[in-house]
Amino acid sequence: MTALASILHVVLAITLSPLLLGVINRTKAKFAGRTGQPLLQAYYDLGKLLQKGAVYSSTATWVFRAGPVVGLAATLIALAFLPLSGAPGLGAFPGDLILLVYALGLLRFMTVLAALDTGSAFEGMGASREVQFSMLAEPVLLLSLAALAICTGKAGLSDIFASLPTLDSLQWVPTALLASVALFVVLLSENARIPVDDPNTHLELTMIHEVMVLDHGGVDFGLIQYGAALKLWIFSALFVGAAMPWRIGQPVMDLLVGVGGVFLSAVFVGVVESVMARLRLIRVPQMLASAAVLALIAVIWAVR
Amino acid sequence: MYADTSASVRNGQIIDWSDPPETSLGQFRRMVIEGVGDGARLSALFAEPERSSEAFRLTAVLAWPEENALSVVSCPIGRSYQSLTPECPAAGWFEREIAEQWGIHPQSHPWLKPIRFQPPHCGEGGGPLARRAIGLADFFRLEGEEVHEVAVGPVHAGVIEPGHFRFQCHGETVYHLEISLGYQHRGIERALRGGPDRRTRHYFETLAGDTTIGHATAYCRAVEALGGVHPSARAESIVAIAAELERIANHIGDLGALAGDVGFLPTMSYCGRIRGDVLNATAMLCGNRFGRGLAVPGGVDFDIDAALAQEVLHRLDSIERDAVSAIELLFDAPSVMARFEGVGAVSEQSARAIGLVGVAARASGVPCDVRHEFPYGIYQFTQMPICTWHSGDCFARAYVRWLEVQQSLAFVRERLRSLPPGDLNRNVSELRANQCVVSLTEGWRGEICHVAITDDRGRFRAYKVVDPSFHNWFGLACALRGQQISDFPLCNKSFNLSYCGHDL
Repeated sequence: MTALASILHVVLAITLSPLLLGVINRTKAKFAGRTGQPLLQAYYDLGKLLQKGAVYSSTATWVFRAGPVVGLAATLIALAFLPLSGAPGLGAFPGDLILLVYALGLLRFMTVLAALDTGSAFEGMGASREVQFSMLAEPVLLLSLAALAICTGKAGLSDIFASLPTLDSLQWVPTALLASVALFVVLLSENARIPVDDPNTHLELTMIHEVMVLDHGGVDFGLIQYGAALKLWIFSALFVGAAMPWRIGQPVMDLLVGVGGVFLSAVFVGVVESVMARLRLIRVPQMLASAAVLALIAVIWAVR
Repeated sequence: MYADTSASVRNGQIIDWSDPPETSLGQFRRMVIEGVGDGARLSALFAEPERSSEAFRLTAVLAWPEENALSVVSCPIGRSYQSLTPECPAAGWFEREIAEQWGIHPQSHPWLKPIRFQPPHCGEGGGPLARRAIGLADFFRLEGEEVHEVAVGPVHAGVIEPGHFRFQCHGETVYHLEISLGYQHRGIERALRGGPDRRTRHYFETLAGDTTIGHATAYCRAVEALGGVHPSARAESIVAIAAELERIANHIGDLGALAGDVGFLPTMSYCGRIRGDVLNATAMLCGNRFGRGLAVPGGVDFDIDAALAQEVLHRLDSIERDAVSAIELLFDAPSVMARFEGVGAVSEQSARAIGLVGVAARASGVPCDVRHEFPYGIYQFTQMPICTWHSGDCFARAYVRWLEVQQSLAFVRERLRSLPPGDLNRNVSELRANQCVVSLTEGWRGEICHVAITDDRGRFRAYKVVDPSFHNWFGLACALRGQQISDFPLCNKSFNLSYCGHDL
């Protein structure tokens, strides 16, 4: 039953992740008094991109072409270890949280390399910003997961999330609360959402993630967009794991509740994007540092 | 004031130009430099060929706000003269324009380079700025470790006008920004010569599409002065109503765009819609959302009857209600204020030195507004307060816009409720020969200056257009010094200058 749930989770993540973007956009449209684009717009975009050819700069090397493919592969690897509610990660093993974090690190590394490979001033600027902010976001992610690991005494992501609710509530609730706030900040930062980045802007000079992929087109760009949707799913699932650890006891039902939680977190993202402006770029590190402090307090509470 | 050697006139008053006052270059330089130092604004500076000889005549329009007077100074020059820019920075772009249009060399100009990359108005050009492909020029370069250059445009990621921006950066900090325009040059000043004809009015209505009424009014007032016609108070009221609606629409649109640039969606979406409502109100007046076809020399082509006035008043109520809620939300959001405050500040001193006009100048605490200082049309009979703010940053430029929207709404309401009787259109038949007229109006961006000079037959011998953007682009470059490069779009939007108004 749990194996079935794990497989189902991977299938759901692969098919439903672009829908998360639709949910975010719809939430934002509601706040702005607009009708908004169709819920399935991200699928239409992907369909369109996959039918297009790509143009490659004569100065770009194989690194530029490898970026999107390796990036998507790394994201899929991370997905294979991702638990969601009742469904443990497909390839779960003790210590897989490190692998998950570094699979995402590999995705970023390849995106940055591909951006630098174009030699464009914009992309270099975007790469520099991406690296600067993820250098601060990665420790927050690891610290939050470490707090939960210490709290439960487990080393595998799936075990951690599964055993959280079995503990004494005074022991796990504060840790999970702090960790989930920190994870949500990382979610916003790593997925290029407001207040860190603005996914809808057309202003090259303010972009972070979008500017790094300006030179990609066609199928390559489709892979990048799809990878970004999957990445959003992964971070949402981690957030849901810490914020909604309760279980019904029936793996498939639990999984469906978890999927609901993932979409709920997409609504949250939409709300955050609707009620606040983007931070100045020099203020972003301060926000990430605050998240790091929260994660650190979570660790302290867990080892106490 | 230098009454002895210059013509001192009111806004829109004609000057006999058959025998312009004789001034030497030395006197001319002294009058311009000291005048600007004494508080005059350099509204225009241009050259045109003399009628009888190979030489040129350099003409400056100085606007004296405290005296409500314009002095028109001119002097004959040859192929080169001593540049005014080192002593009077506001002349910088004007002198680049003169050098490019006529091949005249302003000696010791600190940064002489093409401004629009346009072909010279006469002869081969050559001169200091031989014609070259657009955008090809020397850019100021910063040298050193880890210094990098970022080039943006002329093709941008969004649907905006083309312009090239060259940043000299160290990390994320901008040390210098140079702006290179000219991609929208259409040769309007050249096309206006020999006018007015049936096309002339349409050139002005599309000179800068968002300032249709502003430029059309300036043109109509120039022609009315040359033709000796005074429009009725009713016609002047209707033009002023349209001009203020244009201001309201653009300011609200800008506030929405500013919100969009910092990713604050509610205000962005609502303001985009409200701007449309205001444009629709303009369309009710004359059938065109931008007010094309409304203002004509001698008056207007469309009347506002009582029912229409009531309908527009009714619409203004809902526009104001929506605008208040959307825009107060913007100014009440701490995350937005954190982006606006202290970003892209221009000091009052710099604003005066560069010669900024309009919203950008008022946001730096310079109280300049043609409607108040050099009133024209219906503004002569009604007081238009000047809205200023002291900080000179993006917040100030946004807040001054909001203050002006409120003032304009009140003004439009008052005018609609008390439209004076009168005929709509008094035809202008013949223009007087050998006259010069300076027509200033306050477009929504700032001061619009038109200078028309007629020949022996009463046709335009020269027609000079100065859009407020021409004064202000350099202000944007200065505002970026020491700022984060990621704040450039926000600063740019807070100025929201016209590319085609500059490029003509």
